[in-house]
Amino acid sequence: MNARDLAARLRTRFGDLVSEPAEFRGEITLTVADAERLPEVCQYARTELDFDFLLDISSVDNYGDDPRWTVVYELYGLGHRCHLRVKTAVSEEKSELPTVTGVWRTADWHEREIYDMMGIRFRGHPDLRRILMWEGYPYFPLRKDFPLAGRPTELPEIAFTAPAPLEGGPFVTAPGGKDAVQREPRVRTAEE
Amino acid sequence: MSNSSVIGYDSKIEGDVVVTQLDAAINWFRKYSIWPMPMGLACCAIELMGTGASRYDISRFGMEVMRFSPRQSDVMIVAGTVTYKMALVVKRLYEQMADPKWVIAMGACASTGGMYRSYAVLQGVDNILPVDLYVAGCPPRPEALLDALLKLQAKVQREPLLATLKKVPQAA
Repeated sequence: MNARDLAARLRTRFGDLVSEPAEFRGEITLTVADAERLPEVCQYARTELDFDFLLDISSVDNYGDDPRWTVVYELYGLGHRCHLRVKTAVSEEKSELPTVTGVWRTADWHEREIYDMMGIRFRGHPDLRRILMWEGYPYFPLRKDFPLAGRPTELPEIAFTAPAPLEGGPFVTAPGGKDAVQREPRVRTAEE
Repeated sequence: MSNSSVIGYDSKIEGDVVVTQLDAAINWFRKYSIWPMPMGLACCAIELMGTGASRYDISRFGMEVMRFSPRQSDVMIVAGTVTYKMALVVKRLYEQMADPKWVIAMGACASTGGMYRSYAVLQGVDNILPVDLYVAGCPPRPEALLDALLKLQAKVQREPLLATLKKVPQAA
């Protein structure tokens, strides 16, 4: 059994809800068309296909495109050792999808991290609080329209933030440079 | 029984007397028992632990008594990245330390924010605390931290203690 067979079984079970498996460098990716039905797909993958380990959940900000968010689930089976990636799209207006904490308990903190960094909410999550930043921080720092240097905030007695001095940065390394002076991190414009 | 009374210099008594200034004496006491508070926040704390281990022998300078209670510490060694989430906690711990107190910013992150030009990281602990010494390095070697502690001893020895004692401390 390999990841391609398992992906095919998901597709026979769910039909057009699940896309054709796409393979890139030996890794199989499926796209679930309707984010609302994602827990259903995940539950089937967990119980019937033995994907008993949720490696990670991450999110992508396709800034300027619609739908804006992509949520990516990395599935793994410790028994059959197959890896499967499941993606689903969420629109900016909605910014909400159902939780998979009922399928894998480890999804709890992954979903909190996405909520904290991107501002995508997970409906039905048992404890959807910020996990890295503090409660009351008003921004979602991983969004593309959030400046790298940050924004000033003030929450008395809890925390404050100030923009970081970028000094013309961000500083970019040039891995192909012929000497250390060229390779080291510097302010580089796109033409260089 | 001897009738002679002791007049003038008596080596039995005065041989053990040292004449000095009160400032110098108190500072001398202080500088050899500076108890550090390990404010370990990131990887610099590993080097701080290395400094406290047997190989580098921090107790040569009377500083081996690391205290995890701010109320018993004299110098806060801020070792690591101070995030904004942690910043006010660090400040509160500093305020809980009894006077006299000093601060060492250990490593690039504690000194300036280091490589983290980021929304999440305080750009140098001197934004919230009065820092006495900055230690360069990412992370600094234990020798560098020991050198900073020696420099702190020199600084403590120079402090005009009685002159500052007479002042009423100004509320910050």
